[in-house]
Amino acid sequence: MSPSMIRIESLTKRYGSTEALKGLSFEVPRGQVVGFLGPNGAGKSTTMRILAGFVTPTAGRAFVGDLDVTVDPVAARRLIGYLPENNPLYEEMMVIDFLRFVADARGVAPAVRSARIKSAVERCGLGSVIGKDISQLSKGYRQRVGLAQAILHEPDLLILDEPTSGLDPNQIVEIRNLIRELGQEKTVILSTHILSEVQSTCSRVLIINDGRLVADDSPERLALGGEGGAISVVLANRLGNSLDAAAVRRVLEAVPGVLTVQTADSEGDASLGFLLRYGSEDPRRALFETIVKNDWVVLELHRAQASLEDTFRKLTGSAAAAARKAA
Amino acid sequence: MNSALSIAKRDFKTFFSSPIAYIVLGAFLLVSGWLYFSTLVVAGQATMREFFGLAPLLFVFLIPAITMRSIAEERQSGTLELLLTMPLEDWQVVVGKFLAALGMVGVCLVWTLPFAFTVAGLTADGSSFDWGPVIGGYLGLLFLASSFIAMGLWASALSQNQIIGFIVGLVLCFSFWVVDKFAFLLQPSLAQILEYVSVNYHFLNIARGVIDSRDLIFYASLTAAGLVLTTRVLSAVRK
Repeated sequence: MSPSMIRIESLTKRYGSTEALKGLSFEVPRGQVVGFLGPNGAGKSTTMRILAGFVTPTAGRAFVGDLDVTVDPVAARRLIGYLPENNPLYEEMMVIDFLRFVADARGVAPAVRSARIKSAVERCGLGSVIGKDISQLSKGYRQRVGLAQAILHEPDLLILDEPTSGLDPNQIVEIRNLIRELGQEKTVILSTHILSEVQSTCSRVLIINDGRLVADDSPERLALGGEGGAISVVLANRLGNSLDAAAVRRVLEAVPGVLTVQTADSEGDASLGFLLRYGSEDPRRALFETIVKNDWVVLELHRAQASLEDTFRKLTGSAAAAARKAA
Repeated sequence: MNSALSIAKRDFKTFFSSPIAYIVLGAFLLVSGWLYFSTLVVAGQATMREFFGLAPLLFVFLIPAITMRSIAEERQSGTLELLLTMPLEDWQVVVGKFLAALGMVGVCLVWTLPFAFTVAGLTADGSSFDWGPVIGGYLGLLFLASSFIAMGLWASALSQNQIIGFIVGLVLCFSFWVVDKFAFLLQPSLAQILEYVSVNYHFLNIARGVIDSRDLIFYASLTAAGLVLTTRVLSAVRK
């Protein structure tokens, strides 16, 4: 058995004259929860649809387990639970009828069918709406039905295309918890453009842009975005008098490790706020000593993390700009 | 096959959760009932000949109405993506949809059985009612319906639009019905060819109570061709 759950080799997909995927390659080992990021039109859905067997690649190969999705499509699809983008469902069906239909059509053995449905209903918290028509459900519940449908046959691989799009914050948290739970026993690949989602659910992030892979790392490492960082600090005078901004700034600039000092938001007139950027050397100790020596009061001091969002914008924005320039 | 049957079951139930099934059923029973009772009461004849004579033309309109949404609606709402990412062969999806529509036609025909029984009941004492043409007529209608459904499914698969599915299906079914209507104007050899491709010609053969393999082969090939073409359209959707 292949150790990787997904293997994609120089996948290319052309729709007419537009190239949605331009030689995408990556591998996902079993048991990993992978976030698939990229701006709209980057090729996320196309990749997932190729894996799920809904779209045929123009060139390149895609494997699910050991199975090539174009050579062994039916067997490959048996290993997959798929939640398509926009979560299409049979509106006029009752939730329970829909799940029964999916189980039968997927060939779930009649002997285990009701047990599988029951466990999917429980995991997705659908107990209270089981007798309702799908068209009556809220978006949150619809999404749960979509997830229940995807896990009914206990697949090894879950492919979730924007599982939380259009949900309110509470619903997002619920679905996210569910995905995290599912990720403990299955391989999950989910696409999103909500970056905090990736940070909270995924152990690995793939960023694609314009049909190519531009980053492949853990969310923490991507969030750091290379060396260095920034410290945000708010200072005040111990006696409540106001500080001389220019003087303080000069002192801070002299702290070893600090590269630049910017004025930032303060808390009222009696305090001053600064944003200090640093390179390879962490200046926090030196900064503390300096503050003590000058007898200032620290109202706030924290490391401002470069967010995944910055990395995302940097990777997909500049690449997009370069592509525009080339064109 | 079980998967195809579960698709058939779902589709069949779906017919009855929309007004389409009731409109089709109502229209069919209204027209066929009028045909039947007008021969019975006005002409004073207890026969189903009028009904069987016009039923193929009724099907030309009704069957595209039954099949128009089968695939077009799934394409439009996106549920086709669910269906085509299940571990099924494309032909299983098509066969499932075919069986569902055939079941719907079956329901229409079952409702006309009372006509047959009243005709049988009105037969004068002493003379026995000839069930042959009636059984042949129903069998012929089912075969004819199969070929129409296969064509209607193909029409429905072509686009996301149900109206296009209906009109293309109607034109196809009508063409196969009308093709030999003016054959008598042509030279006999050409007329024969036109008769052979006419769904009505083969139906009339079966409805006479004579089951000939040539007629069955004709319907089977037409149905198979429609289903194969539909399957090919579905696999083209994946491209």
